[in-house]
Amino acid sequence: MEETKKKSNQSSTHKIGIYLWIWGLLFVLSFFSYLVDWYQFQGLLRWSLILFFMFLKAGLIMAFFMHLYWERYALVNVLLWPMTAIVCFVALMVAEGKYTLFSRLFYFFVGG
Amino acid sequence: MSDPKIDGFELEKGFRGMAKDTGSDQTMFKGVHWGKAMMWIFLLSDTFVFSCFLIAYMKGRASTPVEWPNPSEVFALDAFGVPVPLLLIALMTFVLITSSGTMALAVKYGYERNRKMCGYLILATALGGLTFVGMQAYEWSKLIHEGVRPWENPFGAAQFGSFFFMITGFHGTHVSIGVIFLFIYCYKVFAGHYDEGKRGWFTKMKGDYVEVEILGLYWHFVDLVWVFIFAFFYLW
Repeated sequence: MEETKKKSNQSSTHKIGIYLWIWGLLFVLSFFSYLVDWYQFQGLLRWSLILFFMFLKAGLIMAFFMHLYWERYALVNVLLWPMTAIVCFVALMVAEGKYTLFSRLFYFFVGG
Repeated sequence: MSDPKIDGFELEKGFRGMAKDTGSDQTMFKGVHWGKAMMWIFLLSDTFVFSCFLIAYMKGRASTPVEWPNPSEVFALDAFGVPVPLLLIALMTFVLITSSGTMALAVKYGYERNRKMCGYLILATALGGLTFVGMQAYEWSKLIHEGVRPWENPFGAAQFGSFFFMITGFHGTHVSIGVIFLFIYCYKVFAGHYDEGKRGWFTKMKGDYVEVEILGLYWHFVDLVWVFIFAFFYLW
């Protein structure tokens, strides 16, 4: 058992190249997301670019640095499905935020 | 990096494998060290905590009729007399990514039982984390000097300060705790605890390089959260 454990540990390490690639990509993507602010993109372009680079970076970190790409599906699915609850929460709070803003503007400026 | 074999049996991959793992009436996360599974579950709960903060920030920012402070001006830093937008934040991002990279390599060298490389890389990670916390302390003191408080600030909506201190403070706490543990693990690696299988504190578990991977998960998570804070708080 001890033998197989050592062996499997050795076989499960990855080539250094993949880590260096991901590392480099993260640098480049961070630089790009900084450029979004540098060039002062506004509106739809700004936030779609920010979200795109953000999710790409997060995905790379989780998949390769945190090894999720190589994990068994039982673990990956337990970790990723609960995230959909966050998406629902965001959607609810976007609607709620709009309503709060509306009622503030209405009662502050128009009056009750 | 789950082991694809358990006691010599090849495990099935993909969704069929997941169904078999889940319905096996045995341990569900096959080939995954229990410490690693627990760390992942902790990180999942931590994800929810950070999400709640960021969602609260989103709602607060979306619902105020007062102009929100422009982050690219508030967080600008003078370099050679010219204000550069988000300079410090960009540097912090690069420092944290660098430390994440050294941590990933430390895990790799740990599994290859390369004690020295693993130890030095963990040390480099800890120093990167320390640099990050130092820069954050500088940023906080700069903003406090400029009059940013949790209840007011000279730039715009009053909520800005409370969200800023809450979110970056909670993240900074995570980084600080990570740095402390990185130093401890650095010592343990150099002392050879993981080569000899020496026991840690409060546990009967024998030391193994899987612990470096577990610490690595935490450290990458801290980097991951920063990706979201950078996008939503500083860039948006």
